[in-house]
Amino acid sequence: MAQKLNHAHDSSTTARDAVACFADRHIGPRPDDIATMVDAMGYDSLDALIDAVVPDDIRLRAPLDLPAAASEAEVLDRLRSLAGRNQVFRSFIGMGYSNCVTPTIIQRNVLENPGWYTAYTPYQPEIAQGRLEALLNFQTMVSDITELPVANASLLDEATAAAEAMAMSATVTKRHDGARFLIDAACHPQTIAVLETRAAARGIGIEVGSPDQFTFDQTVIGALLQYPDTYGHVRDLHEVCERAHEAGALVTVATDLLALTLLAPPGAWGADIAVGNSQRFGVPLGYGGPHAAFFATRDEYKRQIPGRIIGVSRDVDGRVALRMALQTREQHIRRDKATSNICTAQVLLAVIAGMYGVYHGPNGLRRIARRAHRQAARLAEALRQLAYAQVNDAYFDTLTVETTRERADRIMEEARSRRINLRRASETRVSIALDETAGDDDLSDLVAALAAAADATPPDLAAIEGDAIPTTLRRASSFLEHPVFHTYRAETEMLRYLKRLENRDLSLTAAMIPLGSCTLKLNATTEMMPISWSGFGGLHPFVPREQAGGYTELFETLERWLAEITGMHAVSLQPNAGAQGEFAGLLVIRAYHRSRGETHRTTCLIPKSAHGTNPASAVMAGMDVVVVGTDEQGNIDLADLETKAEQYKGTLGAIMVTYPSTHGVFEGKIKTLCDLVHAAGGQVYLDGANLNAQVGLCRPGDFGADVCHVNLHKTFCIPHGGGGPGMGPIAVAEHLAPFLPDHTVVPLGHAQSCGTVSAAPWGSPSILPISWAYIAMMGADGLTNATKVAILSANYVMKRLEGHFDLLYSGAHGLVGHEGILDTRPVKRTSGVEVEDIAKRLIDYGFHPPTISFPVPGTMMVEPTESESKEELDRFCDALIAIRAEIAEIEAGTADRDSNVVSRAPHTLQQVIADAWDRPYDRERAAFPSDATRVGKVWPAVGRLDNVWGDRNLVSSCPPIKSYATR
Amino acid sequence: MSDIPSDLRYTEEHEYVKTGDEPGTVIVGITDYAQGELGDIVYVDLPDVGTSLSRMDVFGTIEAVKAVSELFSPLAGEVVEINDALENDPALVNKDPYGDGWMIKMQLRSAGELNELLASTDYAQHVGE
Repeated sequence: MAQKLNHAHDSSTTARDAVACFADRHIGPRPDDIATMVDAMGYDSLDALIDAVVPDDIRLRAPLDLPAAASEAEVLDRLRSLAGRNQVFRSFIGMGYSNCVTPTIIQRNVLENPGWYTAYTPYQPEIAQGRLEALLNFQTMVSDITELPVANASLLDEATAAAEAMAMSATVTKRHDGARFLIDAACHPQTIAVLETRAAARGIGIEVGSPDQFTFDQTVIGALLQYPDTYGHVRDLHEVCERAHEAGALVTVATDLLALTLLAPPGAWGADIAVGNSQRFGVPLGYGGPHAAFFATRDEYKRQIPGRIIGVSRDVDGRVALRMALQTREQHIRRDKATSNICTAQVLLAVIAGMYGVYHGPNGLRRIARRAHRQAARLAEALRQLAYAQVNDAYFDTLTVETTRERADRIMEEARSRRINLRRASETRVSIALDETAGDDDLSDLVAALAAAADATPPDLAAIEGDAIPTTLRRASSFLEHPVFHTYRAETEMLRYLKRLENRDLSLTAAMIPLGSCTLKLNATTEMMPISWSGFGGLHPFVPREQAGGYTELFETLERWLAEITGMHAVSLQPNAGAQGEFAGLLVIRAYHRSRGETHRTTCLIPKSAHGTNPASAVMAGMDVVVVGTDEQGNIDLADLETKAEQYKGTLGAIMVTYPSTHGVFEGKIKTLCDLVHAAGGQVYLDGANLNAQVGLCRPGDFGADVCHVNLHKTFCIPHGGGGPGMGPIAVAEHLAPFLPDHTVVPLGHAQSCGTVSAAPWGSPSILPISWAYIAMMGADGLTNATKVAILSANYVMKRLEGHFDLLYSGAHGLVGHEGILDTRPVKRTSGVEVEDIAKRLIDYGFHPPTISFPVPGTMMVEPTESESKEELDRFCDALIAIRAEIAEIEAGTADRDSNVVSRAPHTLQQVIADAWDRPYDRERAAFPSDATRVGKVWPAVGRLDNVWGDRNLVSSCPPIKSYATR
Repeated sequence: MSDIPSDLRYTEEHEYVKTGDEPGTVIVGITDYAQGELGDIVYVDLPDVGTSLSRMDVFGTIEAVKAVSELFSPLAGEVVEINDALENDPALVNKDPYGDGWMIKMQLRSAGELNELLASTDYAQHVGE
């Protein structure tokens, strides 16, 4: 056993030794631990266990065709060389992406800090108050600056945020038949493309034109305006809002937070929704992402807002405590009736943007904005002196010149020879977008290029001052008045604030996070190193492709590897999250059917046990959801599937199926299922959420899937960032390759593309080196061993908990896949203890609880991953077993049924050291239930949250500081 | 055991129907059993006055912290009044489902339909009580 994992068959070169080295560090249990665990399971070898878990007819018999594993040092060298092949010009392209300065204190203490980036979505608010506060800062900042009172905790990018706004406009206006959505032609082109794709799928008519020509009537759900527009023009749009409102339509304004520090905010002149990219608040360009988009709206629409909202509530002691609010809007509860399929946010990036606001404060932000504006004004004066025709007389930081085609060519060339990228907005138009970083040297280079293109002498810039914001559009209102935006000017204070928040949260730096269906595996330091290199971070998404040679090679390699791992033909890296991958994959399927004259194939079969994103995505893709039942073992009911495939034979478009199932089981009949659906004319969409259990053992493409998405943030090590970023590329079979997503600004060459699903052509490129490095360092053997150990660890945990908690579902031989569901409903009957109580008690033991009440209410789903050591697995099992014993005391009547260590968990430090203690159990037992907790644990920052109070009284921006004081 | 008043009519979807003061009107809400199953109600979304409903049309939604449920119109008719108090105090549905926690008042299209709804004994059987 041990030998097998030590790559005994490898030749012993030094590089090969290093190979074993990384896989050995990624995988938690030591070889002798693995032998012990296998033995405890009653199997002779790890392979024998795997043979019993994974159905024989889908097993991959050959090793994955991937390069031999490289060492950490080798991979860093290769990535450095790839980064070096990306040429980092100064990009003044704009279009929603601007250069900015990431304050180093934020770079080191947030972006590069595992305390922040390894945390998960704040489902357990008691151990997530730090990032909840950081997100509340972000929401407060967005809502203050846009002057729209309810902001969410971020969306994936500006274009999809605008698409969510369109969907919300349809929901609010309840106009469905013949609905139209009007778009200002001066919106960013990638936004228009994403809206067109989304609208076509839902049957909404899109009209692109000048806002002055918009005709609003009872069919119009809303309009999208850009402010400042894509050419930099700033104009008064309040009259368009008035006309829209008279017709009962909503107005969405895509905007720029920095510009709004000087401009009248959309909320003040009639916008119902504001969206945009917060990237320029300290987040690197990253060749397109990840960045946090923002979304803010009026109070009356708070229940229609898509995505996560952080709300202020209180804990059991009445102290202010934060939590995710109004979750009933979301797909995991409302499924096909959800406000959106959105699941992931861009938490880490929203935290950075919010902290940028905290760091600079309103005056600092205004100073940065004024400087960018002043530089633009100086450039405008230079343009005037050079006799260029500037299109936009009112602007913030972006200027557009109308000229001849030849002259435009020359401007671009002259700029490029100075290592500057500008935007070629059309044959005869060039746009220049200035930003926080545009200094005097940049300005003189720009002017020199413009002068050379005009065969003129550069004018002297020294004396020029200017202000081109019309008086009527100047911002009069103040913003960011909350003390949090004024307190942390000194770096010492800022450092301590960041650390204080970090320390309130439980991340992988403290303990395992065994969240089922989420795969919290190691995010290795080497994988994370490149994310802040300028060779990856400094590229604007729309630079000429020859400047991104390193990225191109990285994309091609990663696509090839992912295709090999999934057994597919081609990959699109565009979708920014799993749910987006689902949407894109279904669009690909619909485009394929359309190409065969089968537009009517719109029925989408979805098992009852599916992730909530599946039905929500199907509805977004314009499909009709038909639910397929599950049997008592939790497997898809094949008889029901057969009936429904027959019944919907004429219209069957696709089935969406998760494998291993959301119940954590390798269903034996997956091949039969795929065959059934194909025979009825449908395509198989495989939800890759659980791909971690398949890598190297079986491949979706081999057993019949036509499309599958890959959660790079689960299986391929992109950290969860406290709730984003994520990446959800899709892999497709050969017949679907022509239909993959394309891009309007950077054509990708997919002849019959299904459209554009993200703002940037390759989603979030700057985090792709993470997955690239992981695969490169693991190699085929390492990846396969990781999968095997993930399955072993899950089964080991289930085995150890046998007799304490019931395992709800299992596959062949009573085994689970990479995760298992513990049925805690029986103890509710005997002791009154709810699954949530057990989860909260685990916090007292220093652990992050598993996923609760998904996919089955009243249960908990445990996914240990391959990265946790046997010691940590044992500690976790010991904790659960100890909690079971605590519950037994309630059952036996020796512990009070209403006031016991479980039902009143988690216990805060304040509670247990308070002078008053009126509970019928010991404080010590409450706080230090195991030896491990005495050595160190993350204390819950607040007591148990009052969820009801928070949802009845939504407050989604920072409460007054005094409310944080103890009661 | 939940409260199932014998003088009301019920649906399998857990709405109750109570005869209104004005002729041809009824008051609709959700049963005590339903509020107990949902738990603490945080929000009730009701239709505009004047909305015309067919039988089994969705007339609103009711939200608890972790569950959401649609509200189905038990009968055909027009919404003539809604319980505005629920907007600020959705907990009324928990506290007094048959009284202050009512949801809409409808002017029925055909009073005869009322007899097609479940009687209290049938509803009690439906929820297993």
